[in-house]
Amino acid sequence: MALLRSSLLIARKDITQRIRDRSVFIWGLIAPFGLALIFSFVFNPVSDSEFHAEYVVVNEDGGPVADGFEAALANVEAGGIATIRSVESAEEARRQVEVGSDAFADEQLARADAAFLIPPGFSEGVLAGRGGELTVVGARGSELGAYVARAVAEGFVAELHAVDVAVKTVFPPGVEPTAEQVGALIPAAMAVASPIAVEDISAGTKQLDGTTQMTAGMGVFFVFFTVAFGVSGLLEERQYGTMTRLLAAPIRRESIILGKAITSFVLGVGSLAVLVVASTILLGAEWGDPLGVAVLVVAVVVSAMGVLAIVASVARTQEQAGMFASIVSLVFGLLGGTFFPVDQVGGVLSKVSLIAPHAWFLRGLGDLAGGEVAAIWPSVGALLTFGVVTSAGAWVFLKKAVTP
Amino acid sequence: MGEGSPEAVLRCEGLRKSYGGLVAVDGVGFHIAPGETYGLLGPNGAGKTTSISMIAGLLERDAGEVMVAGKPLTTRSTDAKRVVGLVPQDIAIYPDLTARENLSFFGRLYGMPKVELKQRVAEVLEIVGLADRAGDRAEEYSGGMKRRLNIGIGLLHRPRLLILDEPTVGVDPQSRNAILESVERLSVEGMAVLYTTHYMEEAERLCDRVAIIDSGKIVAEGTRRELVELVGQHDRVRLTATGDLKAAVDAACAIDGVKGADVIDGGIDFLADRAGDRLIEILTKVGASGVIVSSVRVEEPNLEAVFLHLTGKALRD
Ligand SMILES: Nc1ncnc2c1ncn2[C@@H]1O[C@H](COP(=O)(O)OP(=O)(O)OP(=O)(O)O)[C@@H](O)[C@H]1O
Ligand SMILES: [Mg+2]
Repeated sequence: MALLRSSLLIARKDITQRIRDRSVFIWGLIAPFGLALIFSFVFNPVSDSEFHAEYVVVNEDGGPVADGFEAALANVEAGGIATIRSVESAEEARRQVEVGSDAFADEQLARADAAFLIPPGFSEGVLAGRGGELTVVGARGSELGAYVARAVAEGFVAELHAVDVAVKTVFPPGVEPTAEQVGALIPAAMAVASPIAVEDISAGTKQLDGTTQMTAGMGVFFVFFTVAFGVSGLLEERQYGTMTRLLAAPIRRESIILGKAITSFVLGVGSLAVLVVASTILLGAEWGDPLGVAVLVVAVVVSAMGVLAIVASVARTQEQAGMFASIVSLVFGLLGGTFFPVDQVGGVLSKVSLIAPHAWFLRGLGDLAGGEVAAIWPSVGALLTFGVVTSAGAWVFLKKAVTP
Repeated sequence: MGEGSPEAVLRCEGLRKSYGGLVAVDGVGFHIAPGETYGLLGPNGAGKTTSISMIAGLLERDAGEVMVAGKPLTTRSTDAKRVVGLVPQDIAIYPDLTARENLSFFGRLYGMPKVELKQRVAEVLEIVGLADRAGDRAEEYSGGMKRRLNIGIGLLHRPRLLILDEPTVGVDPQSRNAILESVERLSVEGMAVLYTTHYMEEAERLCDRVAIIDSGKIVAEGTRRELVELVGQHDRVRLTATGDLKAAVDAACAIDGVKGADVIDGGIDFLADRAGDRLIEILTKVGASGVIVSSVRVEEPNLEAVFLHLTGKALRD
């Protein structure tokens, strides 16, 4: 199996690269988790939470995007997970974080676990497409509070993904979870607090509870971006000039494409799997029968690979591929009901939504919540058909993309 | 080593590639023996990279044949490709991997066993002078360091044929010299080297034989001496001298084999066949006419001149 061997080598190399540049953690874990966190508070206000953080926010911008972020923070506060206070200046915010870092600080002093700094001109930059930078300053000794703050900010920023907005985290050593630690941090966070109590939704209603619905929606929305990283690796090889070396190497050309497919699959399934586990424990999400969830996850990742492979084969550069992938993922995501329940709108839209794999994934999960694992087969069938047809189309084009 | 020699490491013939209406490579063919360094010398756009891409099996060719170590090589061959090492013209490395990781990845891709690979990676890191930076990501390297890593990857798996496509472009003189030295060492070790360049000095220094390529065709091929003789260029003798230079010129022109002489600023320029053999005679005649000579330089005709003669163009734009 020389073909498989070289494909696996390429995939291992790719995954190392994606872990190094952290993209997989941001798009695969932090963004969907952060968004799910924000949204889930809207649906499920927390009553008796053990975890509570103190955040301060400095709005030096005052524009509409900054207001939107403050509104998102208000949701977090309404959820009872944190108290949000506005302060006048970045200096004051940093000072309160300093106090928060100091275990022996005077009890009377105002303290914070993390601060959000919105710089002047932020809204203007975002709206003009130039991008902007949100800074999150975390306190030493409040790992979980700082991590949740970062997730909230990443989640909000991810919503603005069309423009280049960066979240800059200024965490003292030991607070900012490094890429490698994020995986370890989630279980740690789980151990510290199980913050949100979710009301039990009686089984058999064929309806996901709000938190799970939101997390699943965000998860499937972002998994398209994660998979896109794997697929566009093909264009990255050309950009780096390394495609030349791969073509000169004693391997078959198919193994280059297969390697990228393995990368996409592993990143997609891996990030969704972590999201499922983390949201179950941290947010009390109820995904349903594990086997059924696993089958749906695999099926939706396959469908994402197919459609994004077509995108990659049409694009000429990696930037272009990224842009096309964002557009496709956004349109499918909106149509497929990841942000609002399309099937409740009814009419044409709910029919059109069925071209989106997202809709089938959510429908499959809904059916699974009804209790019957067998009920997911129509959705799985639709997803796999979608995946196979698009992959077959992409294969033809991609073979042409494998040239120097 | 003749055309029909069985032990040629590379033998290619009739290579042809066109892009739309443009014929980029038109009937290129040559052969390289073990331990031989063969140069493809030509200006920008001559078809060097295109030829190499067909030889290394990157690019589908319109016509022609490539044999490496006796096996045919096409874009789909895996066996023949195993003994070829390629150093692409544009730096081809993964910036977010370290030098060691870059080398190891490609080594594994060439099927090197793990133990041997580890040792060989250390060896190559020494050869290209990156041993002390091996654990840093390649994006943190200077341009010259990236170039050296680029070369290291090509020779990692001990190829029998190493193809280098303008490996010294954009490198400072010191690194450049180091690169040329390691190429010389490799050919001493028996590697066959195919070296493309548009620097005449590099071709003259490194290559046992040179092909001059222009507009997709090889216009001449041979050792440096053969190429020069092919176009009947003469050696140049340059004297720095004072005195009655005009008289000295007249006297020296009578010598058999001296084809011409000119008074230049502060001296005399002679054109002669086999100038080395006639140097004593020239100096004697010049001295006899009362001229004081303070320095002598003999320049053999160079490939630049050959190129100009054959194509009517300068090598560099
Ligand atoms: N992919 C391509 N599509 C169209 N034309 C091409 C392509 N690649 C090369 N060419 C053309 O083929 C000719 C030969 O190009 P090639 O890259 O082989 O030259 P070169 O000798 O390597 O030049 P340089 O010294 O600049 O690297 C040029 O005219 C070039 O424009
Ligand atoms: Mg070239």
